[in-house]
Amino acid sequence: MQAGMQKKTACGLTATDVLGAAAFVLLGVSVYMALLYAPTELIQGEPQRIFYMHLPMILAAYLGFLIVFVCGVMYLWKRTMGYDIAARSAAELGVFFTTLVIISGGLWGQAVWGTFWQWEPRLTFTFILWLIFVAYLMLRSAAQDKERVARYAAVLGIIGFLDIPLVFASVYLWRGIHPEPAGMPRAIAMTLFVSMAAFLALFAYLYVLRVRWDRAKDRIEEMYAELEEEHQA
Amino acid sequence: MSKDTGPGAPRVRYAQQLGALLWKDLAIELRTRDTIAAMLVFGVLSLTVFNFAFELRAESLVLVAPGVLWVAVLFAGTLGLGRAYSHERERGSLEGLLLCPVDHSAIYLAKLLANLAYLALAEAVLLPVFDAFFGVEALQPGVVAVILLGTVGFASVGTVFGAMAVQTRAREVMLPILLLPVLVPVIIGSVKATGILLDGRPWSDTWVWVNLLIVFDVVYVAASFALYEYVLEDWG
Amino acid sequence: MAEAPAAEARGVTKRFGARAALRGVDVAVQRGERVALFGPNGSGKTTFLRIIAGLTQPTRGEVRIAGMDYRRGGQALRLRVGVTGHHPYLYDDLTAEENLVFYARMFGVSDPRGRAQAVLEAVGMAQRRRDKVRGLSRGMQQRVALARAMLHDPELLLLDEPDTGLDQEAAGQLGEYLVRGNGEPRAVIMATHDLRLGLRLCQRYVMLLGGRIAAGGSMAGLDADALEQAYAAATFQAGQQGRPAQRGQA
Repeated sequence: MQAGMQKKTACGLTATDVLGAAAFVLLGVSVYMALLYAPTELIQGEPQRIFYMHLPMILAAYLGFLIVFVCGVMYLWKRTMGYDIAARSAAELGVFFTTLVIISGGLWGQAVWGTFWQWEPRLTFTFILWLIFVAYLMLRSAAQDKERVARYAAVLGIIGFLDIPLVFASVYLWRGIHPEPAGMPRAIAMTLFVSMAAFLALFAYLYVLRVRWDRAKDRIEEMYAELEEEHQA
Repeated sequence: MSKDTGPGAPRVRYAQQLGALLWKDLAIELRTRDTIAAMLVFGVLSLTVFNFAFELRAESLVLVAPGVLWVAVLFAGTLGLGRAYSHERERGSLEGLLLCPVDHSAIYLAKLLANLAYLALAEAVLLPVFDAFFGVEALQPGVVAVILLGTVGFASVGTVFGAMAVQTRAREVMLPILLLPVLVPVIIGSVKATGILLDGRPWSDTWVWVNLLIVFDVVYVAASFALYEYVLEDWG
Repeated sequence: MAEAPAAEARGVTKRFGARAALRGVDVAVQRGERVALFGPNGSGKTTFLRIIAGLTQPTRGEVRIAGMDYRRGGQALRLRVGVTGHHPYLYDDLTAEENLVFYARMFGVSDPRGRAQAVLEAVGMAQRRRDKVRGLSRGMQQRVALARAMLHDPELLLLDEPDTGLDQEAAGQLGEYLVRGNGEPRAVIMATHDLRLGLRLCQRYVMLLGGRIAAGGSMAGLDADALEQAYAAATFQAGQQGRPAQRGQA
């Protein structure tokens, strides 16, 4: 298992190292592009630039919640702890990115609307998602017995994910639908594209580290158990 | 699901078992009145507290009334759902049920029906009290229909989550934490539809919200039937 | 078809996280055979019975009841097995009789009332049948729990410390419950700390220590003292090896 993950490339780096390096280089480029390359937006002005990290981060968070759902289904089906680790790590990253999105959204709101918080559909939707997956993490820490934690978490992950379209529909109907900006200039699109790539690479890198850490933790526990067994035999 | 195809094994009737399970829950409730009493008192208390909370600032209580009604129903209901499994856990009796030759969907369905009955009873008492306290006309067919639609979604998710929460540390706190965020669509839909009806607007204006509630109910009744099995297994 | 054992465990291992409650336990109980399960607290007796009862899944290994596993045998298997556990599995706010009628309906017993009455009489609780379970003493609750386990006349009984709270007289009657309605003996696995009780009721014993079978054999020719010596010897040996230190979560 570990052997596969640690495979070295030609220059003595692991694939993960390369991924991490790529993530940080891309992030650097995207920061440059977001701040200096992309033109200032006419209506919102400078604060609009926050959008270049805002949108990629929420997409990374959605990706995390999608993984929670898929791995939850797979866990209930196959009962392999690997799926639970995959779901758990994805939920943590999803909540992490959602938290950043809410904070950055608030900062943007402060600059553009003059208030940190408004019950605007997108913000509300993101916040409800955050609550659902924070509850997911709380349930994980409140239930005993690994196997039960995995089972309950999978159930909640599935129920929570099914809720996403319903929450989305309800908050938009609740506040009325706002028109989206139609086209965007090439420079803005390019910047957005690069920053999306950067955040997805960052997500992937953190995700690999997180999953590996959890697997190592489980492996250590197993080794303890094996030692104990040898000791008893 | 489980098959009873064993050689010569007597087939146990699903309906008979469902009836026995439901009878058991209702008989216990009738005797102790734990859940219903707690729900009613808590619901009426919520209405009272909201009355004081809003009276000083709100222009008209009617404006906030739909929200007040739903918060009271949600709080009282969450309290009741949390109690529904407590007698199953304390004496290990849910394990006793799992030892019976019963399709687990009957166990879930009986719990869901019992919870629906408690919620409906609590709402039947809360509605007239609400009317009296807030001077509105909520006891009308449209509002009752909206409340019932909301209650089905509430109870189907709540019956699954209640079983999980009772198995965790801090179980009283866990249920609302799990339940309320997932119920946001129900809360929004029900409050909006109730508000429209209380304002005297036509039933057709609630169409969007009623649809939202129906979709939620269908999705979660189906999902909970697919998932309760995983919550019940390895109980204890 | 050759008679499959009433209950069979093969290589059953159960882990709770890093802790192994059972490590590769093999036990086969023939039809009508009565086996006592001995062992100190935490040796895995309850976990073993729960796995045989299908209440929890083994991490490794397999369990067969009359040749079928729970996945395939499903509900039909439940009709063959009667269980008493640490909990009485009764509802405090229902009477003894109501509890039994309820369970009789769940098991699809014909004439639930008559059957409830019959098992209540068998455990000597007919007088108190209209009492709520809450008001019964621990020993009386245990009697009702035994009655509950016999409602469907199972061919395999799994008893986890069935003598808990029972008075001398009731404990003395335990043997009567180990026979089916048609006079055939039931297969029994009974976990108990009371070596004499095990000796009296069972034909064979299995001793669990640290989740493994440490000793076992026929009761034939054993008296209470010999059994106590065997028990002491096995536990002493385990004591010599030391208990594994408790570890918290990393």
